[in-house]
Amino acid sequence: MYYSNASKNNIKAKEGFNIGKTLSSIKNDFSLYLLLVVPMIFLFLFSYKPMYGLIIAFKDYVPPMTIAESPWIGFDIFKEIFQSNQFYKVLRNTLILNGLDLITGFPAPIILAILLNEVRVKWFKKTSQTLLYMPYFLSWVIIAGIMYQLMSPETGLINILITNLGGTAVPFLTEKLMWVVSYNLIGIWQSAGWGTIIYLAAITGINSELYEAAVVDGAGRLRKIWHITLPGIRPTIIALLIINLGRIMGSSFDRPFTLGNAMVMDNADVIATYVYREGLQSVRYNLATAVGLFQSVVGFVLVLISNYFSKKAGEGGIF
Amino acid sequence: MNTKVANRIFDVIIYFILILAVLVSIIPFLHIAAKSLSSNEAVMTMKVTLLPVDFTLEAYSRVIGDVSMVKSLLLTVLVTVAFTVLGMFLTICLAYALSRKGLRGQKVFLLLVLFTLYFNGGIIPHFINIFELKLYNTIWSIILPLALSPFNMIILRTFFLSSVPDSLEESAKLDGCGHIGILIKIFLPLSLPALATLSLFYAVGRWNAFSDALFYITERSLYPIQLKLYYLINAMGATETLDSAGSATQLAPDVIKSASVMFATIPILIVYPWLQKYFVTGITVGAVKG
Repeated sequence: MYYSNASKNNIKAKEGFNIGKTLSSIKNDFSLYLLLVVPMIFLFLFSYKPMYGLIIAFKDYVPPMTIAESPWIGFDIFKEIFQSNQFYKVLRNTLILNGLDLITGFPAPIILAILLNEVRVKWFKKTSQTLLYMPYFLSWVIIAGIMYQLMSPETGLINILITNLGGTAVPFLTEKLMWVVSYNLIGIWQSAGWGTIIYLAAITGINSELYEAAVVDGAGRLRKIWHITLPGIRPTIIALLIINLGRIMGSSFDRPFTLGNAMVMDNADVIATYVYREGLQSVRYNLATAVGLFQSVVGFVLVLISNYFSKKAGEGGIF
Repeated sequence: MNTKVANRIFDVIIYFILILAVLVSIIPFLHIAAKSLSSNEAVMTMKVTLLPVDFTLEAYSRVIGDVSMVKSLLLTVLVTVAFTVLGMFLTICLAYALSRKGLRGQKVFLLLVLFTLYFNGGIIPHFINIFELKLYNTIWSIILPLALSPFNMIILRTFFLSSVPDSLEESAKLDGCGHIGILIKIFLPLSLPALATLSLFYAVGRWNAFSDALFYITERSLYPIQLKLYYLINAMGATETLDSAGSATQLAPDVIKSASVMFATIPILIVYPWLQKYFVTGITVGAVKG
């Protein structure tokens, strides 16, 4: 009896918005709402309040005037941005550096994971994994410090080798085009090992009977990789590819900033470093905010689109 | 017979490529370690490759002998601990509340959290916000803003939803436990591995974070180790470098730079065995969408 009554009440509550029910549920779960208060304050103060600050892209904001007091100027700043060569340069650099990362950095962990999976000697596999993951745990400041030492034309290991072999020292990080190559390779160095984890997990999920059947059919190891392993991790590859495509506009700040230097600015200046310089060093708040807003909005739209395609490809979206 | 030979060749190729990859990932470390332990002269004459030449600890003694460097390291430890504790507190509260069934408004809260993963105000509005909140040039500017990680929250929420049996919760309810009692008595003890993983996520993230300190901190005594290291390596004015690094206009020599990089890297290398273990499980849990 009691049960049926209770379920009837539940059904009633689901039928429409019931103030009494809401109040009683708030009363029941009061302690849960209490738990939400502090995190929500943090979320509001440090995530949503800055989003309100985005409106200074449309205002003539000059401190000490507050954001609310500043006069509106419409799209003036955006007109200025879209007419400036500087903007197109940093946009181009962002797309080129991210595009190169996608082309070379994306396949690297897949290849590495497949190779690791072929290793039967356990200690060798474990040790290589441990050593390959290591670079991922270092900050970009440290990595830049290490790489400037490694690639230095005067004292670096690579150039010692090159000059000992009779070549001339290569300015890996101070010549514009070389810098782009170095930036790309350093990125692979940092993340390829770590990137194998997700593929190795996907490979473990492949049904081992498939391999056994292939052996019976006389397939060699290359054939097994090509016909079983690769198709087995295809969904993971596609999902990650789509997610990465969605991030092509995004730019991390630390990597280009720490690896960049005055000599390679033409190729190293990306949206994030440009925003930092214009905003915090030249104090052009509204211009820098507008460029950042442009990047955020385009980036967000790209993520939505890629998420849509990821779902359509049957790989499940991120939302 | 034929396949055996083919297998052997295949193995040789695979081991060869992997050994090469491993060498590529550790040689940069060996090189900088060798430089940090060599004499400046040996480094400048291109004698130092993978092993120290004219072994000396002088560079380290200068780095450790520099009060500002050691202070910066201690400050970073302090900041990292405070950040991790706060981050875990916020993450546990939020993940628990958002994992309870039938909480009204839960979807809205969840959406509010998730949205911040994909859209944010950007560098300048965050900077102005820090200014308005009077956190600029205070240690709080690198503790509070990033303390709540939506990503970590999702991992913990997924863990709460999938790994804690409903039956345990029911029996605790019958024993008269409230929500918070259940959290403390059942959820937290059952989630210790996940909590350890997330604490490491927070700690490593904070230890390695650099840009927020660059944006929000100009007061030299508040430099965390990454910022300190950045200014040292790039020698933006001699005042930013070690007090003892040489004359005012001179860049810090490569041995000093190398030793400083090692100085900031060693703490990470010490905890690395644990890091690796927990991070790998954490990333695999995280990959399973909630």
